[in-house]
Amino acid sequence: MTLVLNEEEIMLRDSAAGFLAETANVDAFRKHRDNPSPTGFDPALWGSIAEMGWCGIAIDEAHGGLGYGFTGLGLIIEQMGKNLTVSPFNSTVLMAATAIAQFGTEAQKQEWLPKIAAGEVVMSLAIQEGSHFDLDSLSTSVSMQGDGFAVKVEKRQVLDAISADAFVVVAKDTAGYQAFIISADQVSVRNQSMVDALSSGTVVIDTSLTAEAQMDANSLNNGGLERALDMMNIGLAAELLGVSIEAFEQTVGYLRERKQFGKVIGSFQGLQHRAADLFAELELCKAIVLKGLRAVDAGEDLSGLGSAVKAKLAQISQRATNEGIQMHGGIGMTDEYNIGFFIKRARVLEHTLGDFHYHLDRYALQGGY
Amino acid sequence: MSDLNTFRTETRAWLEANCPESMRVPIRSFEDIYNGGRNPEISHPDQKVWCDRMAERGWTVPEWPQAYGGGGLSKDEAKVLKEEMARIGARPALDSFGISMLGPALLKFGNEEQKLEHLPPIVRGEIRWCQGYSEPNAGSDLASLATRAEDKGDHYIVNGQKIWTSYANKADWIFCLVRTDSTGTKHEGISFVLFDMATPGVTTRPIKLISGSSPFCETFFDDVPVLKKNLVGEEGKGWTIAKYLLTHEREMISSFGAAGGKKTLGQRAAENMGTDASGRLRAGTLRSVIAQYQLDTLAFAATMEKVTAEAKAGQGLGPASSIFKYYGTELNKRRNELLLSVEGEPALGWDGEEYNEGEIARAWLRSKGNSIEGGTSEVQLNIVAKRVLGLPDA
Repeated sequence: MTLVLNEEEIMLRDSAAGFLAETANVDAFRKHRDNPSPTGFDPALWGSIAEMGWCGIAIDEAHGGLGYGFTGLGLIIEQMGKNLTVSPFNSTVLMAATAIAQFGTEAQKQEWLPKIAAGEVVMSLAIQEGSHFDLDSLSTSVSMQGDGFAVKVEKRQVLDAISADAFVVVAKDTAGYQAFIISADQVSVRNQSMVDALSSGTVVIDTSLTAEAQMDANSLNNGGLERALDMMNIGLAAELLGVSIEAFEQTVGYLRERKQFGKVIGSFQGLQHRAADLFAELELCKAIVLKGLRAVDAGEDLSGLGSAVKAKLAQISQRATNEGIQMHGGIGMTDEYNIGFFIKRARVLEHTLGDFHYHLDRYALQGGY
Repeated sequence: MSDLNTFRTETRAWLEANCPESMRVPIRSFEDIYNGGRNPEISHPDQKVWCDRMAERGWTVPEWPQAYGGGGLSKDEAKVLKEEMARIGARPALDSFGISMLGPALLKFGNEEQKLEHLPPIVRGEIRWCQGYSEPNAGSDLASLATRAEDKGDHYIVNGQKIWTSYANKADWIFCLVRTDSTGTKHEGISFVLFDMATPGVTTRPIKLISGSSPFCETFFDDVPVLKKNLVGEEGKGWTIAKYLLTHEREMISSFGAAGGKKTLGQRAAENMGTDASGRLRAGTLRSVIAQYQLDTLAFAATMEKVTAEAKAGQGLGPASSIFKYYGTELNKRRNELLLSVEGEPALGWDGEEYNEGEIARAWLRSKGNSIEGGTSEVQLNIVAKRVLGLPDA
């Protein structure tokens, strides 16, 4: 798999870019922010996204998807990042579907994946406990109860929690990881208002579950969970890439126009060098995200790569969005200007499933030091 | 395809029969590299044997046309040759600025007579070339160079000084930027000329660096006569050739950044400094800096891979290629800094066997020049800002 997009992929990317720029762009985001719908997203837009087949792009054909692969999914997500698109795509398609495909039972795959591919359900992943995402600090919250299980745990930063029909919940029992698919009526949700104005919440679980709710513990505990999370983080990195590129392009555009001291400020070497250095970093980001997406499709081991991709994009998205504000100067601080939206989206994306420090640490550990 | 298979079979047999055993050993130091020339430096007598055998088939420069002594191989055939050489661990028979720098420039800008005169001796390793670009007052601002070539009818008289001329004291000929006209803008009036380093009036003096001895020289020209037939391209249009070669050179230097041993810095640090029960390097702050370096190395390698793939797919050299020289050399400097942190006291040694003749310290100091030679990091950033990002001049 070479690191170059083929014609079909370029067409997919361009059509996604065209559609989103038209209908799910930054202006649409601003409207959502000012006047959010109770579901947390626009159902009509979600319907259109499903109609185009995007929800099933990475789901295999046997389960109602297009079987086009993860690279296609990443290309779409990147465009969503550029446009600050509001939809339950990450929660449902990137996270829940990936989890089910990686460590769901065959029955669960047959039940849920076709519905996700058709855009008929909203699902989410509930995994984080406490202030930080950290697999090592998950509490023991699952116990056997007759033929089934009892689960008592609070999961935080669950995307689209308020509108999800069901959750993939990853928790621990005394032996290792356990995961379940739990329907929304079995949990209670505290909706949270986050800095990025996207829907997120805390899911409180205190319930009994039948054995059918249990996901494939064997796969889960033998690399399946790590692989699924690596895939999700590569997908989140694709969105961070879109956010960063757009913030950078808007900023460079501003440097070309804004005049001070009788000159366009982009002619000052102090700013030129910072912009050029950031450009270099963004080129590295494009390459490593594509490398990650291709590795998923090629079935390669993602250890040492998934965390690298996320860490790199976490770091450079911070820089691109911070420089965006600084180089815009005073108006960059105003709510009226869009550049501030990008730093907010980037920061929440970064913290979703592990921030820069978490992934740099994991990358080092996987590298043997 | 069957033609290529035949070629592979024949090549394999020929290499087996002709590559001396001593040339099937990895290159360990600069002395192992054969550069050719009138008075070649030879660390093993087989170097010349191997070079002569390869040159006879034009395989020292496999893809140059046969008319100029090259191998005339297609890209695919050249790849097969490379693979077959790698299979038996055969060293490159010849490495020189003639092959990597002047040759490509002559093929693009030289006239037929110049190609016939100069390319075959490069292929045979008979003439070693050096590059006369930088001057004491023309470094980053190369186009302000002042070495003068005065028109004397059928020849020029060259006066001036070059600096950072790699291997000038060992080279037979020089390709050199000179000013033939100082009336226009600084980019105009520069010409690209070739002359013999044995011409009366040429002297060289080696430069010692902070890392110790170096291949660099100062080169002085005192009334050096240069025949006009040795002008490449048009008079006053040498800057175009210079730029072409600089791009080429930057690509070569940027690849230094991709270097690295079999063990990663992190693994070396873990061995040297120890890990805790969780497998984390005990030196926690160093660990973060190493991880950051490794991460950027991985991303940089992916970028090289992506740009190469795009070029192969016919999408041309994207803007990413403009960052290679900048990013690669800065990365290499970071690596060398970290190497000192990881190795500690032994890395500071300068002389003596215990310190491997100061290998690490010398490489560390030498790496500082990577972001200066061939266009400083700052000049590279200027280029990206202006040409890629479209930001205006001050």
